[in-house]
Amino acid sequence: MSDKPDIRIELSSNPAYLSGARELISSVCKRLGFDDLTCSKVALAVDEALCNVIRHGYKYEEGKPIWMSLWPLMSDGEVDGIRLVIEDEADQVDPTHMKGRELEDVKPGGLGVHIIRDVMDEVSYEAREGKGMRLTLVKRIPRPAMPARLAKEATE
Amino acid sequence: MADDLIQIERGDSGETVIVRPMADVDMSRSPQLRSALRDSQSKKLQRLIVDLSEVGYMDSSGLATLVEAMRSAKRTGTRMVLCAMNEKVRAIFEIARLDQFFVIVDELEAARSA
Repeated sequence: MSDKPDIRIELSSNPAYLSGARELISSVCKRLGFDDLTCSKVALAVDEALCNVIRHGYKYEEGKPIWMSLWPLMSDGEVDGIRLVIEDEADQVDPTHMKGRELEDVKPGGLGVHIIRDVMDEVSYEAREGKGMRLTLVKRIPRPAMPARLAKEATE
Repeated sequence: MADDLIQIERGDSGETVIVRPMADVDMSRSPQLRSALRDSQSKKLQRLIVDLSEVGYMDSSGLATLVEAMRSAKRTGTRMVLCAMNEKVRAIFEIARLDQFFVIVDELEAARSA
């Protein structure tokens, strides 16, 4: 995978632009071969990540930068998934605190991190050099499981 | 009608209210939904129906708004029912494991008696 992303955009920390980010992610996922429901779920995870930056990172202050970068993941010459990186210049937090709350306690709020972790295959938070945070998300294209008999034949 | 984003229908007796968001419910729009639900719940209600037929997308802020309204409804003895959500909206309820917390039906008519 190239270091240079196929897509890199800068968003302003304004909730009004979340719909644009969702549309972009959903349509790119569709083009890469994800099914409709997974496209929607990946867009949801990205939306939640951007909301967290706006709400907790920038504390609703508008006009602050958020960068979103995107790479297709390849395997054997075919698209296998997508890698997304979301970066900001907000206050740094301890990545080990980014866990999301337990679902047994039904209450408003605190669901964003849980949704991100549920939808995506890989999720990692880290502090950026200097200031801000970096969130890396990976989603593989769901493939139907090959029946055991066929899998055995394929390896013979 | 509260505004262009949220429609509110009151039954003749005023004991049933239907709240119908007319667009996606995300971080920028969930405050209007919260306001509409609070207004609706400010009077004694038997039934509060949230018709999601026009909602193509909802994020966790919309979900949190509905959780807040459901908790309020339980306190006051109001029957709160969600109806007509699409597959993508339902997915977020399932991911958050809140599909069992709410009463969810497919059609508006079913919500009137659920």
